[in-house]
Amino acid sequence: MESKNWPLIKLNEEKEAFVQQVILESINELKKIASKKDSSLIDVLEKTVYKEIFRTIHTPWAVDPKKEDRKWSKYKQRLSQITALESDEEKTDRELELLREIVDGYAREITGKFNLSSYKFSVAVVPVMFSWLLSRAMNGIKGFFTNQKKVSDKVQLKGSIDQVKKLADKGTIVLVPTHFSNLDSILIGYGVFLAKLPPFLYGAGLNLFNNRIIGYFINRLGAYKVDRRKKNAPYLETLKAFSRIAIERGTHSLFFPGGTRSRSGSMEDKLKLGLLGTVVEAQAKNFINKENQKKIFVVPVVIGYHFVLEAQGLVKQHLKQKGKEKVYLQKEQFGSFFQVLGFIWNFFSKGSEIKLSFGRPMDVLGNYVNKHGESISSNGRIIDVTKYFVSDGKLKLLKQRDSQYTQILADKIVESYKKENIVLSSHIVSFLAFELIKKRYEAFDLYNMLRLTENDTAIEYLFFYKKISEFQQVLIEHEKNGKLRLDPICEEGIEELIQDGIKNVGIYHTKKVLFVDSLGRINTKDMNLLYFYHNRLLGYSFEDKI
Amino acid sequence: MNLSIKPKKKVGVVGAGLFGCVIANLLAKNCETYVFTQREESIKQINEGGEIKGIKIDQSIKVISDPQQFANTCTLIFPVVRSYAMRSKMRLLSPYINPDHVIIHGVKGFDISALDIASIDGSSKIDSNDIKTMSEVILEETITKRVGCFSGPNLAREIDKGQMAGTVLASTFDEVIKQGRKALSNRNFKVYSSSDVKGVELTGVLKNIIAIAAGALHGIGYGENSKAMLISRGLAELTWIGTILGCNPSSFLGMAGIGDLVATCSSQLSRNFTVGRMIASGKTLDEVLNEMSDVAEGVGTIRVINGLANKYGFHAPITQTLFKILFEEMPIEDGLSYLMHFPLNKDVDFISAQAPVAQ
Repeated sequence: MESKNWPLIKLNEEKEAFVQQVILESINELKKIASKKDSSLIDVLEKTVYKEIFRTIHTPWAVDPKKEDRKWSKYKQRLSQITALESDEEKTDRELELLREIVDGYAREITGKFNLSSYKFSVAVVPVMFSWLLSRAMNGIKGFFTNQKKVSDKVQLKGSIDQVKKLADKGTIVLVPTHFSNLDSILIGYGVFLAKLPPFLYGAGLNLFNNRIIGYFINRLGAYKVDRRKKNAPYLETLKAFSRIAIERGTHSLFFPGGTRSRSGSMEDKLKLGLLGTVVEAQAKNFINKENQKKIFVVPVVIGYHFVLEAQGLVKQHLKQKGKEKVYLQKEQFGSFFQVLGFIWNFFSKGSEIKLSFGRPMDVLGNYVNKHGESISSNGRIIDVTKYFVSDGKLKLLKQRDSQYTQILADKIVESYKKENIVLSSHIVSFLAFELIKKRYEAFDLYNMLRLTENDTAIEYLFFYKKISEFQQVLIEHEKNGKLRLDPICEEGIEELIQDGIKNVGIYHTKKVLFVDSLGRINTKDMNLLYFYHNRLLGYSFEDKI
Repeated sequence: MNLSIKPKKKVGVVGAGLFGCVIANLLAKNCETYVFTQREESIKQINEGGEIKGIKIDQSIKVISDPQQFANTCTLIFPVVRSYAMRSKMRLLSPYINPDHVIIHGVKGFDISALDIASIDGSSKIDSNDIKTMSEVILEETITKRVGCFSGPNLAREIDKGQMAGTVLASTFDEVIKQGRKALSNRNFKVYSSSDVKGVELTGVLKNIIAIAAGALHGIGYGENSKAMLISRGLAELTWIGTILGCNPSSFLGMAGIGDLVATCSSQLSRNFTVGRMIASGKTLDEVLNEMSDVAEGVGTIRVINGLANKYGFHAPITQTLFKILFEEMPIEDGLSYLMHFPLNKDVDFISAQAPVAQ
């Protein structure tokens, strides 16, 4: 497809009309929410203003507009003026006026500074820069002009890419990747470029925009902003309207359905249903709208690597949450541009590869689709998906029904993550090592276990060797049954598997996640990190088989 | 004002057994009702407005024996068959079921087709993934997602006489409940709603265990005190089994739970009650099963729960003792004495649905 026909470019050309539609439809949704029992417009506004003032005081970010606190204080004043009004009619008018202003602000913040000319520039320049940077990182200063092929060796694409490419011409693609690291936004963008897929509209965390240079590029690469601090109804409705309308207009989209990065290191087993719901709703609306029968294809993507840059901080947050310390303010650990560059540099220079596994495309009910985009049942029947949206003989929008469909879709995506997960050597050794230590200290709870020191955690090499050969058989059996994918090295000799795993697991961290000690035993310098990497293989019930 | 009469909705019942016929009669009051069956005798009886198992078939009910024609005619379908026949019936219909079909079953039983029943003994472990509820079977075998179930104290003959009764209709889809209620309810039959499908299904399956025990107590000659004790302890046991299997404990306190349990333990004609009574009279399980023409689902359920308890390590004293009595020739008196001395002295905490702790 020519670049001028890319749906994302079209969306941009109609940007103002699009934003107006987002505002209008968000306000309609909010009116419905306000008309429910135990709610009112003034109630919605008061809660929003209260939460936003709280946010500007307690979690200010560099990316926030200047004098934002003043704006919200003014809104607060206006609210108290409204409550003092006599006439109900005037009250409603003024409430709606304020709501419109708030939603307008959100809609423009989410949309960002996206514009065509700089987008073209970024699309042309960023991947080239990125490749150049990566090859430099990989080959050192000497490999100044290394070609891109080597970089694509490093970022390996697996799975149903050809099918996704074909489907991109027939309908609208929604990519839903797993999320472990802040780097994922960049990696998946780069993966999409390598796979020669048309560009996607992203939902990128607003925190990434705290870094100006990264923000500049992501902004222009097709990213819209998602701010997880803002949990008020007008913001959430605007965000959902944005995503839904973009998909309705045929814009290929991408968001992380887990919401935030996995804190525990395990793959998502529950998804956030808000944005995912917009996919189902967009499909329902397309089918009801006779002129736009475009089908939506959902493609789960599993991102796999041997180490997660922010693992230390993530696992700490996870343990805190698990320990019921629920109220805490999130600090941003993603540093300056140069720190990020350092991260990326290390990431690629330490010889560790990245795998992007594209799952089988499905419709919004989780039925797999064939190469023509037709939905296929488990016994091979072609399914007429429009009929899922027929109630009492008519095509209808039913929120309650569609929220159940969203849950079904979420379950299917989680199932697909497990199947498409490419198990790496480092996942296997860390899972096994942690489980073996756990078996030894059966009476300990997690927190006691994590306090174990190097003196208590060594595992005899021969024992480890024996256990890993048993585990390897279990994994190969699972692969045969299509329950997961194995990186080729995992099916080779046990010695190679152990070596490769120990070398690669959490390779960037200053403390060794696993190492072979002077007595030839396998040991760890950091139980927290071992726990984090071990969690990657949760959900397959391997614990019982070790 | 528009006075034209809206055409009645077309609904289908799968199965023409005793309960199937009663449900068809109930539906015929509100809807144009079709019964899907391929048994010659049933087809003849329905066509002639005759009787099946003593139930007079409403004359408006029509029979269809072609699965495609049946699925094309009705978009709202009520399977009311034996649990072991559910999967094969769904496979028969599946090629013609579309995403706009709504399926609400009234079947109390597990699908255990993944298990090798003959090889199960007292120490076998059963994985919960090998046990399917009926709604799971429907979802596995067909492409529709809009599925529900109904269950409650619904003794077939009483409903057919038009006596006052109620049932719980469960689905995660509001529209399924709405359609089901509209089709089933009338002034003597009230339909309550729930979103805990698995919970409502399990109450109907698990209560059969306690019904067998109630029959045994009756057979020995014990009276109301003993029965009341059994029902309350039994309800506690069912609740924690249900909770372990992932459903909402409050379903067991509802009409599909305690309501159905009381009805089943009081009905001396029920198949499960009869099994217990005959065991108490000194017969072996094989003798009992040979004498009975119909299947008592509780026997299979006891096996399944015993296997689940082995696998997941929970206590279900009544079920486990019944297993020993039925399958391992434990004398019934020993079983009762074991239960009376089971070191558990606290009254039941239903709400938290805690597993029993031996003291």
